[in-house]
Amino acid sequence: MESNLYKFCLRLADTSFILSYRLGEYVSHGPFLEEDLSITNVGLDLIGQAESLFKYAAEIKGGGITDDDIAYKRDESEYLNFHLVEYPNEDFAFITVRQFFMDVYNYHLFTALKNSSDPTIAAVAAKSIKEVNYHLQRSRKWMLRLGDGTEESHNKIQYAVNELWKYTDELFDMDAIHKSLIEEGVAVDLKEVEKSWIKDVLEALGEATVTKPEHVKHSLVYGKNGGHTDFMGYILTDLQYLTNRYPDAIW
Amino acid sequence: MENSKNLEVFQAKIDAEIKIEPKDWMPDEYRQHLIRQMSQHAHSEVIGMQPEGNWITRSPSLRARKILMAKVQDEGGHGLYLYCATETLGVTREQLIQWLHEGKAKYASVFNYPSPTWADMGAIGWLVDGAAIVNQVSLQRTSYGPYSRAMVRICKEESFHQRQGYEIMATLMEGTAEQKKMAQEAFERWWWPSLMMFGPHDGDSPRSSNAMKWKIKRETNDDLRQQFIDKTIPQAELIGLKIPDANYKLLENGSYETSDIDWDEFWNVIKGNGPCNTQRIKQHAAAHDNGQWVREAAIAYNEKKEQQLKSA
Amino acid sequence: MSTDNQGPIWEVFVQSKPGKPYKHVGSLHAYDKEMAIENARDLYTRRNEGTGIWLVKAEEIVSVKSGDEESYFEPADDKIYRHPTFYNMPEGSKHI
Repeated sequence: MESNLYKFCLRLADTSFILSYRLGEYVSHGPFLEEDLSITNVGLDLIGQAESLFKYAAEIKGGGITDDDIAYKRDESEYLNFHLVEYPNEDFAFITVRQFFMDVYNYHLFTALKNSSDPTIAAVAAKSIKEVNYHLQRSRKWMLRLGDGTEESHNKIQYAVNELWKYTDELFDMDAIHKSLIEEGVAVDLKEVEKSWIKDVLEALGEATVTKPEHVKHSLVYGKNGGHTDFMGYILTDLQYLTNRYPDAIW
Repeated sequence: MENSKNLEVFQAKIDAEIKIEPKDWMPDEYRQHLIRQMSQHAHSEVIGMQPEGNWITRSPSLRARKILMAKVQDEGGHGLYLYCATETLGVTREQLIQWLHEGKAKYASVFNYPSPTWADMGAIGWLVDGAAIVNQVSLQRTSYGPYSRAMVRICKEESFHQRQGYEIMATLMEGTAEQKKMAQEAFERWWWPSLMMFGPHDGDSPRSSNAMKWKIKRETNDDLRQQFIDKTIPQAELIGLKIPDANYKLLENGSYETSDIDWDEFWNVIKGNGPCNTQRIKQHAAAHDNGQWVREAAIAYNEKKEQQLKSA
Repeated sequence: MSTDNQGPIWEVFVQSKPGKPYKHVGSLHAYDKEMAIENARDLYTRRNEGTGIWLVKAEEIVSVKSGDEESYFEPADDKIYRHPTFYNMPEGSKHI
């Protein structure tokens, strides 16, 4: 039976990890060279965040397991990332909205987690917040450029917001694991994070002349509980290709 | 008459190792040569992102993943420095990209080979970047200021690339039998193409003489190739890789003699018949086309904001 | 009609440490100021090269025209009295 803290770590780590996977996939596909390089920097920050948390998870789990073992050698149902970050790089609008939703979330989450009673979590949050602050500045500005750019870009960004909105309720869900960690002072109240998230997101959507869609809840088990979209299987097939094919190899 | 005096001043500067700057007078041929060479160099960096980008998502460890992503990002950065340097000659980046898509501009043929295994990440970093570095170190002294400055910056950044590639190869050669095989095969795939990167023999290189006179190029293709061979063979032997050349031997002067390159293969890939020529350009053109609405949005947004600022 | 382009060129100046002068490091394309400063950060300070960045649109830079160099810079050649080495100091004098 894995500890709550271990699961909490993985929820954070896997979300950053899978999002960095998507950004890694986008390298050399950007709309122009400068943007290609900038978005890769975001991906690199996210791998760094994931790595710190995988290290901590490995420490919690013990028994000589490594961060790479955890990152690469689990079954799909043991990955605990949000559905939102599994969503493919459909186009630059989807990439931007996905990033913006996550950046606002991470900004408020990590700001609160800086005061976590767990010193490692607090330290990761304190380091990450500087990076996230920058990511948010970037993705927010892109929301405005695309929303208030041309008719075509406006339609594309509105469509991406409509499609991705349904994945956002997972971000604020608090199950028994989460609640017990709040009591220990490790995790934070996601209702508070949600309030700030909604405020910031609505403000940006307003500036970007994009409308908030009606909330439709989908019925899939949340990623943070090990349920995944169809996209996840393909991600893992690719990500785990070498470690599956050559389980004994060191790279 | 004006022209011949200009030409004299220009050549005198070159001879005195004074860099030529964008606003200086230069012969049209010099300008055209630079545009061709620098844009080809830039395109090579950018197209070169693809064979390695191919493996970012499949990188087998967190460390390898970060490194590869940062490395491919660097290639893009180097392409960007070079595009900007080329633009100082009075040509736009749009134009350069258009020429690439139309097949009017070339890029290094080496990137028209596929990268089927993880070991190719090692071989590319070690051999392809290694060959590029030999060339680029020499180009730091090129006569055109912006090109030279870009090269200085690029050489500083590239120094980790070759090491990361060699590290991958060395790790594989210490690994399982399958890993060793993977490394040897990748080495064999990239050895000859990396030697081809230095271009044809100097006698067969159509534009070599002016490029040397104007100090755009500082060393000959064959000299640079030999430097690379002499560095690389001992590195290969050190980690137990076999050189895919039955005739290579160490000479008394410490240099290596190798078989001649298969020049038919070289010209064939240049003509566009490499395994990945079409694929590389298609991917670049697709990214460019898919980005059009994004660029247009950025332009439109900025115009709107500037309008608002003016009318406020 | 397409209005597609790569955006204007910006020149990038980076300060390597507090107190040091800003030095030209290269150029980039960006469609607006915010993008320019962000791209400059992502391009030219990835390896801790800087503590400050200046951006200026390339078209707004003023420079000495080609051909004017002689009349601009050579007149300074014979004004060696502007340099401390021009002056004769008595032998044995210190701290001057």
